Amino acid sequence: MALALSAGAARGAIVKGGLPWKPGAADPPTAAVGEGWRYFTPQEGALVEAFVDRLIPPDQLSPGGKDCGCAIFIDRQLAGPQGRFEGYYMSGPFQKGTKQQGPQSPMTPAQHYRKGLAAFDAACRSKFSGKSFTQLSGDEKDQAIKGIEDGSLKLENLDGQDFFKLILKDTQNGFLADPIYGGNKDMASWKMIGFPGTHYDYRDWIDRHNQRVTLPTVAINTHPNWTS
Amino acid sequence: MTQKLPHKDAVIIGLGWTGSILAHELTDAGLDVVAIERGPWRDTGTDFSIAYAQDELRYRIQHELFLRPAQITVTFRNNARQTALPVRTWGAFMLGNGAGGAGVHWNAETWRFLPTDFVLRTHLTQRYGANSLPSDMTIQDWGVTYDELEPHYDAFEYLCGTSGQAGNLKGTIQQGGNPFEGPRSRPYPTPPLKQGYGHALFAEAAVQLGYKPFPQPAGNLSQPYTNPLGVTLGQCTYCGYCEWFGCANYSKSSPQTTILPVLVRKSNFEARTECEVTRVNLDNTGKRATGVTYVNAAGGEFEQPADLVILCGFQLFNVQLLLLSGIGQKYDPNSRQGQIGRNFTHQTLSTALGFFDKDKYNFNPFVSAGAIGMCIDEFNGDNFDHGPLGFVGGGYLGQVQTNGRPIETTAVPPGTPAWGAKWKQALRDNYLSTINAGGGVHASFYAYRDVYMDLDPTYKDRFGRPLVRLTIDFHDNELKMSAWLTDKYAEIMTRMGAKQVVKHPRKGPYDVTQYQTSHLCGGAIMGDNPGNSALNKYLQSWDVPNLFVQGASAFPQNAGYNPTGTVGALAFWSAAAIRSQYLKNPGPLVHA
Repeated sequence: MALALSAGAARGAIVKGGLPWKPGAADPPTAAVGEGWRYFTPQEGALVEAFVDRLIPPDQLSPGGKDCGCAIFIDRQLAGPQGRFEGYYMSGPFQKGTKQQGPQSPMTPAQHYRKGLAAFDAACRSKFSGKSFTQLSGDEKDQAIKGIEDGSLKLENLDGQDFFKLILKDTQNGFLADPIYGGNKDMASWKMIGFPGTHYDYRDWIDRHNQRVTLPTVAINTHPNWTS
Repeated sequence: MTQKLPHKDAVIIGLGWTGSILAHELTDAGLDVVAIERGPWRDTGTDFSIAYAQDELRYRIQHELFLRPAQITVTFRNNARQTALPVRTWGAFMLGNGAGGAGVHWNAETWRFLPTDFVLRTHLTQRYGANSLPSDMTIQDWGVTYDELEPHYDAFEYLCGTSGQAGNLKGTIQQGGNPFEGPRSRPYPTPPLKQGYGHALFAEAAVQLGYKPFPQPAGNLSQPYTNPLGVTLGQCTYCGYCEWFGCANYSKSSPQTTILPVLVRKSNFEARTECEVTRVNLDNTGKRATGVTYVNAAGGEFEQPADLVILCGFQLFNVQLLLLSGIGQKYDPNSRQGQIGRNFTHQTLSTALGFFDKDKYNFNPFVSAGAIGMCIDEFNGDNFDHGPLGFVGGGYLGQVQTNGRPIETTAVPPGTPAWGAKWKQALRDNYLSTINAGGGVHASFYAYRDVYMDLDPTYKDRFGRPLVRLTIDFHDNELKMSAWLTDKYAEIMTRMGAKQVVKHPRKGPYDVTQYQTSHLCGGAIMGDNPGNSALNKYLQSWDVPNLFVQGASAFPQNAGYNPTGTVGALAFWSAAAIRSQYLKNPGPLVHA
């Protein structure tokens, strides 16, 4: 019997007669590549780099958020489907609900960053005698970040604590995700915590209790199976 | 314009576990069967390839394999005084999408419910008295018993190749298994998985405390296995990317690895993917289904006539289709009349984190599997005396940590700053030496008058159909139970040697952003008469006898176990009734 997968025909895809498997078919991730910003303006990009470098400061444990690529990670995410909340239910009416009902804002992450970064920098300028966040000392930067974390530094027309949560989550996601997305350069965070990465086979280790795994750290595109 | 298609013997809506099982059984019986699946076809080599399946950001954080809320979602509120609002991105539960359904992304914990779970109201009333249950608790017996289901649990486990240790073989208690389980007719098809350090340490501590730990029954296979259909699964490699992910290694029980390769080769079977059923059609008596209407990916609308209609969607969408199609009477929480939408339940999850001395303990949390772990069942169901406790229900306790994926599973002690150098240091100091089993206490969720489903008056899906509205909150019974069970769990964690134990009992109100398993149950429940249920004991609609509704929507309430074993058993049980009784004499299998 003929193997059939006829997409786009009158009835949608029909699977009949055998598995619709095609040799070499694949759906690999989209890697963050290239230089420069895809979504941020240069000013926004510089602010985010300075911000992520305080959330994940460079020290003896790892490079900082900037050198790990966390700002690049966020930029590429915002330029893609995540920045548009693609796949989210975005029909109205939009009403404020209880905390238990979850986020109900029509604002996409890309819009949230654009508005949030501007409002945050404006708040910094008014608090620190006209200085932009990027011009502050390390301690002053931490003060400003703590201000939106605990709500003491107010942003105009925006909930600063929500914005802080967004940027913290995205920064940590970038730091800890596979390096293919632009953050976690050279698997810095994985090496820091002792996660050996995407080995796919730990059968030799499952019953070696309380022993440190000595395999080299690997990521998706440094794995021998990666062919893209 | 709706195009009417040639008639089929049976139409199946949804090609997950139950759709695959029903399609297989009915095609074996000679029926011409079409399955209509909302999502895409899913293939191991393409959709969860070994080269890139281990991607926490893409699959866990960004939900790549899941249904998109833009396509269809639900609305939620805690109680009828609130306005329900749409779930805009998944949180409390995750809904599968595409061929294989939730069987693609599950952890594959493959449990049986306790014999007493199926006769819950009768059992509790006999043991504790008629007045022992809260007046608004609407738990009831299932109409089917454990003994009736046993051969079908067995069939599902042997389809899956489940790895485990029997605890009760034909009434004889077996060393190393779960002594509380119902009698099973033969051992598990494959031996238990190996256990990691943290899992083994839990078992040692449990023994010291007088409990009888046993390996969690797993659909991550301990060894290669060829099932009765001739499909072979591989050995689990303990990669730590199971739940939320498809298995690239063909070692997780799923429709892809057990049944679809055989099903799609049959000449009397066809699947139509990316086609969404919008309603079940009835004839002018309202007592007979004539087929279904669906919309394909290009927006074309089709009518598929069939003699037999089998709803095999996820719990939410089975109930939604019944409500949208006007089948049965919708539930009214005030009058307590009507069956559709009633006895909606979920699961009560809690845990305790264990922080251990990093110089002495290295758990390698990333060396793990979806259903790995050591559990105890002393506090599940009614395995213990609830008399003095002030609640009913229970759950299994286990060190069931499935992974060490860095974004989700890193835990830091309370009081650690959320960012900065101290956060980094705490991450590094605790990653390898912390036990973080999200579902360590996996407990029941009983049914209540005011926890239910109906259609939302405001929010619509992309076709303009009303979304399902969930009205759900925790009740005191479950919160008391969770606190008590979490204390018991923390005692074991302390005995294991943790230097700090941080308890997270479940607290109300129910929060749709907090993950709680994807075990939504009820809404179209089974029972022994049309006055207390939507379906008879064979999952046949009381109202429309040529309609069967599979899946956890039939559970009258949820027990303290993962539901898929019971969902699979019910599917085989229902299929057997259709084959042996219904096809010979189409009509009601139980006369009301």
